[in-house]
Amino acid sequence: MAKTRSRKLVLPAAALSVSLLALAGCGSGGSDSAGGSENADCAAYESYGTFEDAEVSVYSTIVDVEAERLEATWADFSECTGIEVAYEGSKEFETQIGVRAQGGTAPDLAIFPQPGLLATQAGFLKPAPQEVSDLVDEGWSEDWKAYGTVDGTFYAAPMLASIKGYIWYVPATFEEKGWEVPTTWDEMMELTEKIASEEEDIKPWCAGFESGEATGWPGTDWVEDAVLRENGPEVYDQWVTHEIPFNDPQIVKSFDRVGDILKNDDYVNGGFGDSRSILSTPFSEAGQPVLDGQCAMHHQASFQASNWPEGTNVAEDGDVWAFMTPPVDPAAGTAVTGGGEFIGAYTDRPEVQALQAFMASADFANIRVALGGNISANKGLDPEVATSDLDRQSIELLQDPNTVFRFDASDLMPGAVGSNSFWSGIVNWINGSSTEEVTQTVEDSWPAS
Amino acid sequence: MEDFADKGLQVVVGLAIFAAIIGLIMLVVDRAPKSGREKLQVAGFLAPALILLAVGLVFPALQTSYISFTNRNGEFVGLDNFVWMFTQPEALVTLRNTLIWVVLVPLLASSIGLAYAVFIDRARGEKALKALVFMPMAISFVGAGVIWRFVYAYKGAEQNQIGLLNQILVWLGQEPKQFLLDAPENTFFLIAVMIWIQTGFAMVVLSAAIKGIPTEIVEAARLDGASAWQQFRNVTIPTIRGSLIVVITTITIGTLKVFDIVRTMTAGQYETSVVANEMYTQAFRAGEPGRGAALALVLFLMVLPVVVYNARLLRKQKEIR
Repeated sequence: MAKTRSRKLVLPAAALSVSLLALAGCGSGGSDSAGGSENADCAAYESYGTFEDAEVSVYSTIVDVEAERLEATWADFSECTGIEVAYEGSKEFETQIGVRAQGGTAPDLAIFPQPGLLATQAGFLKPAPQEVSDLVDEGWSEDWKAYGTVDGTFYAAPMLASIKGYIWYVPATFEEKGWEVPTTWDEMMELTEKIASEEEDIKPWCAGFESGEATGWPGTDWVEDAVLRENGPEVYDQWVTHEIPFNDPQIVKSFDRVGDILKNDDYVNGGFGDSRSILSTPFSEAGQPVLDGQCAMHHQASFQASNWPEGTNVAEDGDVWAFMTPPVDPAAGTAVTGGGEFIGAYTDRPEVQALQAFMASADFANIRVALGGNISANKGLDPEVATSDLDRQSIELLQDPNTVFRFDASDLMPGAVGSNSFWSGIVNWINGSSTEEVTQTVEDSWPAS
Repeated sequence: MEDFADKGLQVVVGLAIFAAIIGLIMLVVDRAPKSGREKLQVAGFLAPALILLAVGLVFPALQTSYISFTNRNGEFVGLDNFVWMFTQPEALVTLRNTLIWVVLVPLLASSIGLAYAVFIDRARGEKALKALVFMPMAISFVGAGVIWRFVYAYKGAEQNQIGLLNQILVWLGQEPKQFLLDAPENTFFLIAVMIWIQTGFAMVVLSAAIKGIPTEIVEAARLDGASAWQQFRNVTIPTIRGSLIVVITTITIGTLKVFDIVRTMTAGQYETSVVANEMYTQAFRAGEPGRGAALALVLFLMVLPVVVYNARLLRKQKEIR
């Protein structure tokens, strides 16, 4: 009896203290852990002013190593301006940010991974100060600024970016077989057909869409890439904003363009089985057979670099490398899809605006990218600070004035489509439904208001 | 560490305050004037529970009911969400699947459990045999889902199989099968998991009930020359009827609420969604709280008659005693 009683007390006590400890840790951890170099050059931070006992809370989806790197970016800033940054990262950000805003416990700054989510929070957010707006005009393209703008008011500066639509391959295999990296979609299909007909042990493509309840999202990336490359940015924008229906013939055509690869058992799915095995293959493992030589190509965002086994050399002459999904019509220029984060403010105290301005600056982009694992589309970013060839290539691609950049369509569409029916539509499509059926179902699910 | 002691103290203080309040209530009802003391005592002890019930159950239920009549922007839309539920093909699939679940799982789990209980009754090694069937009960639904996903796992014919069932198919010279992808049979493969879990529960309860049948009745039946089947039909079943109904209704309620198995194994894709799973998907992923609430309400209405029947039966049994 004594034992059970003490356990009864200990459990809630322990649970409570652990959670409180965790909270306390978040509160103070920020700038201490990052440290701030002793002899930080404060000249660069003079324009932000100096503060005493000022604290700014920042909340985002970024956790673990990425969070440490993010915290390190404002170490010197804290040192020089006296602004303590209390950082909190959570995987529950997407649902929690709304709850906290409504409950009156919103953070000072929130880093939104999706413009759609940002838009739902516009009622609570403060418009960005003029200084931030100017910095964004200077450092980012109009498209990027538009993602941080809701109903004509500019709220959030873009922070970091990622690029989707890379096609991963083993350079040595390509060289050995005499395959050329395709420069148009047609060339890519020719190469696919060539591999399928000539190679017995190699399937042209590997794919995997399994991702728990989010199963199907890698497929939306495929379709988005095809829509942008085939129909251009105008149609892409109309598709995202529902000015044309989801099942517009142009979109259906792009779906079929992807289906020509993914729904063909001869072209997929090296190392896993038939076309439908795409659905039961986890996206993080799907690229593996590229290295094992069971398939030649794998379509996945730049983050695939971290999915390869430890020690894999990602370089043009290394174990594995990537080319951008080629355009349908090369004359239309390069078009890429990608993602990014946006910093919105729930309060407008001077110290909050100072941090906001710092994070919108090119300095911030340079510091962060130099720490590795991330890129930015800020024009003031020096590609040479990037820690890997892939990052460098991605930055150059983003900064190239001829590159058409479009944000991941499913992140921009309403939740009922972008994170629900589009995903399940892709699943049904790979599982055998026709393009017409699937696009019609997704169109029907588009919220009326 | 200081922090830790600090929080510990807070917990102790909190519990002390709780005890003090309860003590105060007891004191007050004890000192109440004689007339109506009983009523006051009842009220005093019931009030805390009733308040918590109102805050934790009644209020959310009313709120859910209200939300079910609104759209994603919180505007009142009347019966739109219910119209959606009973007209959209994908929502109808959800309702159909729930119906299949609720018919098959209680029926199969209880009858397999009953048959097993009868056959191993007084057999040698009964305890071990019982433990074998009962063990899945100890596994969480999520755990069971993960285990069975491996059992059903698929790899192409040219690859090495990692799923047990597909390996068996390959040994038998068949093509491996995408167990979880092929509708409508995938729903039945999910149902098998639930039956696997629930059979143990049915078996244990029914076995105890069988052991409770008075030996005189069994002997009398035997002397009358009843065959095993006649004994089972005319003696065993009527005597354990109460337990049988409890088992069936309990499993029915559990089945109506099934969520974890579907979520971990298919996440409701491939036409396997059920009401509880769709409720979560609509409310939290699709950002359609109105549809989610409407599904929750329908689920509640489906469970209600079973609960009422169960409660009435229990009351009737008490009266007999």
